[in-house]
Amino acid sequence: MSGTTAPVGFDSRDVFGGESGIGRGRLPDWVPYALAGASLAITFLILTLLDQVSAVRLVIGTALISGISIYAVSRAVESPRQAKDRLVTVSIASAFVFAVLPLASLLWTVVDRGMARFDTTFFTESARNVVGEGGGAAHAIWGTLVITGLAAAISVPIGIMAAIYLVEYGKGKRLARYLTFFVDVMTGIPSIVAGLFAYAVFALIFGPGIRLGVMGSVALTVLMIPIVIRSAEEMLKIVPDHLREASYALGTPKWRTIVKVVLPTALAGMITGVMLAVARIIGETAPLLVTAGVIDSTNMNPFSGRMETLPVYAYFEYKTPGIPQDASYDRAWAAALTLIVIVLLLNLIARLFYRRFGTEIR
Amino acid sequence: MKEDGEDLTETETPERIESPVDAPRASAAGSTSPATAEKPSADNRAKAIEVSGLSLFYGDFKAVEDVDMSIRPNKVTALIGSSGCGKTTFLRSINRMHELTPGARVEGHMTLDGADIYGPGVDPVEVRRQVGMVFQQPNPFPTMSIYENVAAGLKLNTRRIKKAQLDEVVERALRGANLWNEVKDRLNKPGSGLSGGQQQRLCIARATAVQPEVLLMDEPCSALDPVATLAVEDLIQELKKNFTIVIVTHNMQQASRASDYTAFFNLEKSGDPGRLVEMDETTAIFSNPTQKATEDYVSGRFG
Amino acid sequence: MEAATGPSVWGLRGGERRLGDRLFSGAAIASGIAILTVLAGVAIFLLIQAVPALSASTDELAEGKGLVEYIAPLAFGTVLAATLAVIIAVPLAVAVALFISHIAPRALAQPLGYIVDLLAAIPSIVYGLWGIFVLGPAAVGVMKWLEDNLGFLPFFQGPASVTGRTMFVVGIVLAVMILPIISAVAREVFSQAPRRQQEGALALGATRWEMIKMTVLPFGRSAVISGSMLGLGRALGETMAVVIILSGSGGITFNLIGSGNPPTIASNIASKFPESSGIEVNELILSGLVLFAITLLVNMGARSIISRSERHAAEGKKRA
Repeated sequence: MSGTTAPVGFDSRDVFGGESGIGRGRLPDWVPYALAGASLAITFLILTLLDQVSAVRLVIGTALISGISIYAVSRAVESPRQAKDRLVTVSIASAFVFAVLPLASLLWTVVDRGMARFDTTFFTESARNVVGEGGGAAHAIWGTLVITGLAAAISVPIGIMAAIYLVEYGKGKRLARYLTFFVDVMTGIPSIVAGLFAYAVFALIFGPGIRLGVMGSVALTVLMIPIVIRSAEEMLKIVPDHLREASYALGTPKWRTIVKVVLPTALAGMITGVMLAVARIIGETAPLLVTAGVIDSTNMNPFSGRMETLPVYAYFEYKTPGIPQDASYDRAWAAALTLIVIVLLLNLIARLFYRRFGTEIR
Repeated sequence: MKEDGEDLTETETPERIESPVDAPRASAAGSTSPATAEKPSADNRAKAIEVSGLSLFYGDFKAVEDVDMSIRPNKVTALIGSSGCGKTTFLRSINRMHELTPGARVEGHMTLDGADIYGPGVDPVEVRRQVGMVFQQPNPFPTMSIYENVAAGLKLNTRRIKKAQLDEVVERALRGANLWNEVKDRLNKPGSGLSGGQQQRLCIARATAVQPEVLLMDEPCSALDPVATLAVEDLIQELKKNFTIVIVTHNMQQASRASDYTAFFNLEKSGDPGRLVEMDETTAIFSNPTQKATEDYVSGRFG
Repeated sequence: MEAATGPSVWGLRGGERRLGDRLFSGAAIASGIAILTVLAGVAIFLLIQAVPALSASTDELAEGKGLVEYIAPLAFGTVLAATLAVIIAVPLAVAVALFISHIAPRALAQPLGYIVDLLAAIPSIVYGLWGIFVLGPAAVGVMKWLEDNLGFLPFFQGPASVTGRTMFVVGIVLAVMILPIISAVAREVFSQAPRRQQEGALALGATRWEMIKMTVLPFGRSAVISGSMLGLGRALGETMAVVIILSGSGGITFNLIGSGNPPTIASNIASKFPESSGIEVNELILSGLVLFAITLLVNMGARSIISRSERHAAEGKKRA
């Protein structure tokens, strides 16, 4: 390399980083990891000596020390450019760890504090006449199931049919363009606004101050429909056209082609999408606060009276604690833990389901 | 919405225009000598297709211009020509698959044993039941078993059929596609588990199970290895006893081996519509073409 | 109706359309129209319920304030919290996206992606509880330090809150909540950066970071912008985390670490609505309408950037 004549203004060393180019050293792959590990150990040691150990400090300290040391070593052995590359890599990796720290802290806290009341009573008794310890969230769990179930029962058929319209019938039509645009807009509606909408509709019919379970479902429907459409649309789009054509070529009418060929091929993906959509709305609190309301006992009828859901329950246990306060807080955390378990399970099952039953499409 | 409707009606109504007489154009149908008819089998359903003054459009783009052609029953007609010359577009217009592309349009006449394929009130679904199609890529339905794939055409069309009868149809179609012996023990396995050549024969069985009169094949062997290709070509010779076959191919040897008639499509330059240059018995096209362009193409002196 | 169910695909003339086809496409179209109707309904019903507040006199309204006087601090609080969240989240989200798309070992990329997606799956009520019980107390020391050392900036002028119920903590929690949204958009586009350009840069001897700087970041710039706007939209409308964390008892101020910040529109509705009646409800709905309008504008802006860059990318692909 060194003997090559380069054009004016172009120095091959700029590119190949070092006078002898390829000949220059390169750190073995394990070195950065070893340095990062050592930095972690050193940070931990220093923080222990100062009695200041915390996850955030550990991450920041490790990032600083390993960044500096890896940069220095790489600059000495490799080249300045390579050293900069490694420094950026360390920074980005550290930023990633830093970004997921809250998740770790949050999950740990929820499990740690939620376990205190994660017991049978919690799932079998309501909060009726409970001021201090004991009591449960059975009424809120039922409320969550009824309201979410009703919301899904409305959104899924409408959402899937609308997605079918978009993919199978609407190409190039003005209605389809509007629908696509406004579905995008709908994904951005703040959940509290969806709640106000449901309230406004029912208040016009039944008068102000109305609270019903079904109002909550309507609010959640507004939030769920765009998610369902989006995922169903994606799944229908990846069904290859040649399958539709094969069906048409057999003399099959379009609607039977959709029902018998397109939908079965996309089914697993669509079910996965619905599960993820349910996971998204099941934790909604704000819209239910203004529609389904707060109540301490079980109500299974969405068309009559207030109905409480798990997130609303958690909020009110926190906001209006009884005596002793901690009994209420424990119930709030147990509700949070239950919610997280439901949401994570739904996510996990959805992904596993797709992996297991998703149609392989070439 | 109203507007959409209006321009749809326009796209759907093929205008009957008289084709301007184009002197130097290959005298396609007229010059072919009458074929020596083979003895048709008992299941023979083959019908003839007559095409006159047919032009095909994608929106404003004219893909194929002014084709006149007669396709004879119980014969294999090969469509050859370089890429983009409109032969696949032409093939897809025979069972009205062309119009599946948004904006696609048809002008001119096409009849199936005298019945106007593009006549007013004709249901394209009905046309496709009589004119089956096999695609370039084998495309068995991934959610269905081998058995269900073959039965798909019948079951998708709601006809109530007894299980025993359906079994019989499936077996006959699979035997007809030379596939029965290979799959009879695993009829309930997914069709996507077969090899490429088997999948293509499965698709042929699927297309023939509904007993069409014409079978269109769009480069059916282009995704297959040579052994599977030979199997499909042998099958084509069997199938022509019962069906009229139109096949698009890029493979000159395949056209000369497997077809009775050959139609050569060409276009002057990119952006021009494709035209039918000449059509004749396959032996004539390959040994003694009347047009220079045909000779260049079949002898490989053409891009 | 007839026209829209229209047989663009079947191209069938004459009356003989199949009943099944007609019913099915009719149902599909009806669903589409129903959704557009619902969206229009959201705007119309909110408007109907907001009108009484517009015509009410000042002393009928909550806190005896005029509408502008009432809503302006809320709108300010909303925008301040959301902006703070975006400022914190964007650099981290870009780093997270790059880490997953270009830096982490390939086998790890997918599981790491799931982990980031989990951040988006956590219900906001849980974020709120975590913010008030864990992050808030932990941030007290940091806020004190900011007051002592950066107190000359209006943002940190203090006096620092000792409870952690501040705009600063809200901003961090909202940042965590919107980070997965921004990084998902960025990740998607980063991973679609043209391979040939990337290989070309590497073949010239560029290091990985130089390659990313030369090809990936310019390619993904508009995705980062639109993703940030989507995140902004989400942060503007976020309710529960703010209700729980923010003390929300002050007027317009840029002081992020004190205990006197205005609530946001959404958190104000959530905390006041259950106990409100009469004209106050209409006033809250009016404020919700204002929030709806703000988020609508932000989201439409984001979507138009996305669709423009998608068209751009599609054209680029076609040319290539």
